[in-house]
Amino acid sequence: MLKLDNVCYSVNENGKQKDILKNINLEIGDNETVVITGHNGSGKSTLMKIIMGIIPVSSGKIYFDGVNITNMTITNRAKLGISYAFQTPVRFKGLTVKDLLTSANNSNLKVMDVCNYLSKVGLCARDYIDRELDDSLSGGELKRIEIATTLARNAKLNMFDEPEAGIDLWSFEGLISAFNENKQKNGGANLIISHQEKILNIADKIVVMDNSKISMYGKKDEILPNLNSKRYCSRLQGDYYE
Amino acid sequence: MNKIEKDLLLAVSDLHQIPAGAYNIRQNGKGIDKKNTANIEIVSKKDKSGIDIIIKPNTINESVHIPVIITESGIKDVVYNDFYIGDNSDILIVAGCGIHNPDKNSSEHNGIHTFHIGKNAKVKYVEKHLGVGQSGEKILNPITEVYLDNGSYMLMETTQLGGVSYSQRKTIAEVSDNAKLVIKEKILTSENQQANTNFDVLLTGQNSSCEVTSRSVAKGQSIQEFISKVTGNNLCFGHVECDAIIMDNSKIISTPEIVANCVDANLVHEAAIGKIAGEQIIKLMSLGLTEKEAEDMIIQGFLK
Repeated sequence: MLKLDNVCYSVNENGKQKDILKNINLEIGDNETVVITGHNGSGKSTLMKIIMGIIPVSSGKIYFDGVNITNMTITNRAKLGISYAFQTPVRFKGLTVKDLLTSANNSNLKVMDVCNYLSKVGLCARDYIDRELDDSLSGGELKRIEIATTLARNAKLNMFDEPEAGIDLWSFEGLISAFNENKQKNGGANLIISHQEKILNIADKIVVMDNSKISMYGKKDEILPNLNSKRYCSRLQGDYYE
Repeated sequence: MNKIEKDLLLAVSDLHQIPAGAYNIRQNGKGIDKKNTANIEIVSKKDKSGIDIIIKPNTINESVHIPVIITESGIKDVVYNDFYIGDNSDILIVAGCGIHNPDKNSSEHNGIHTFHIGKNAKVKYVEKHLGVGQSGEKILNPITEVYLDNGSYMLMETTQLGGVSYSQRKTIAEVSDNAKLVIKEKILTSENQQANTNFDVLLTGQNSSCEVTSRSVAKGQSIQEFISKVTGNNLCFGHVECDAIIMDNSKIISTPEIVANCVDANLVHEAAIGKIAGEQIIKLMSLGLTEKEAEDMIIQGFLK
């Protein structure tokens, strides 16, 4: 479904080239859940933004269902079937939860449908459907709405950047069944950035990113034992230990 | 009425047909239709252009529509409308002016409205302004004076969503004991339009309060100026919030002024001007909207 061919991304910092992503090669098949993990600043979120088209590649190519989408706009990638839940959801003064979900679905969603998506993320629909997406919502509420919006797109590839962040224990069961449902119902794929063991456990494959590169990539059973090693855990949390 | 006139009437007063309650319809500087009810009397002024709207005490759940439409070029209309709202009433008043300027001369409407709101009365006042048609300027200068007696309440919703070349809005209010004034303003300007708003609210009564919320979007080369002054002379609460989206080469000036003449006056002013956040556009594009569609949706929501 998705293929990244030698994708690189670098920025110019004080006249020096700084590599954010180096030679990323990755393939995600239909019906797969792939979880990306790795320490802060390793390039995980940048990779998702590059797939969505929010950040342009410096070199390399991206294919979606065999189509070269490297130079395609965000809008066209979305229309092709890529959906993306931001790490930090965006607030909108005046727009309601229903407005956003309806736009996401590109159809006149019935109230019942909106409720259905909201209940998937553990929100009581009646309380939220007409709420404005402004400062009156907490970070956790907004995060759940972001996930519901992403699900409402019925896209082939769903990307979630740390979906568990700010979400209480509703929760994990609901979240995980939503990911699995997408895979089963649409034959779609999930690409998830997470450090959560429960989410790593539903992965078919795990990508470990380290220092702008993919350091490990393989089936969950092959990667998880390495992740559980003390050495890697301390590296994951290096920010705290160093 | 022809289609243009009907459309204007619908746009400024949501009227699909003759309204159920009292009404006065004014076109091109003259009253063309009028209806009283048992509790609401509309009387034409003798000394100048305009009407007195007299609402008996205890009139509940009734409405008054007083739309103005201008469909000729080169008209300058000035009208004085005085509302006397009896104690304990609960009333909806819908005003507003639509100008369809068919030529290049400017057409102008200046509506001077005064509200005397009786004790414990409730008023919802809705005012919409719209300009359409040819190159001639569409000018609207509403002046609103509000006197809220003890325990009364007024919600004033004013909307100017496009086509008005120039507007100078002035609202003066005096709020007595336990009375409350809520003002919600929405403005959209584009091209070379200019919209000036000036609120001056005096909180004289004990436990008096006011909330002023202004949301505006300025596009093109348009200019908006928002001046608000709230004076607290007693134990009172005043809150002014001005929130604006600036686009293209437009200009927005927001001038807050809060004056406390009493130690128990609690007054707050919040003002923000900014362009549409890039991440908002990106979020909506990632749902499949184009950049233009995303921008329109954000503005529409903001001014909803």
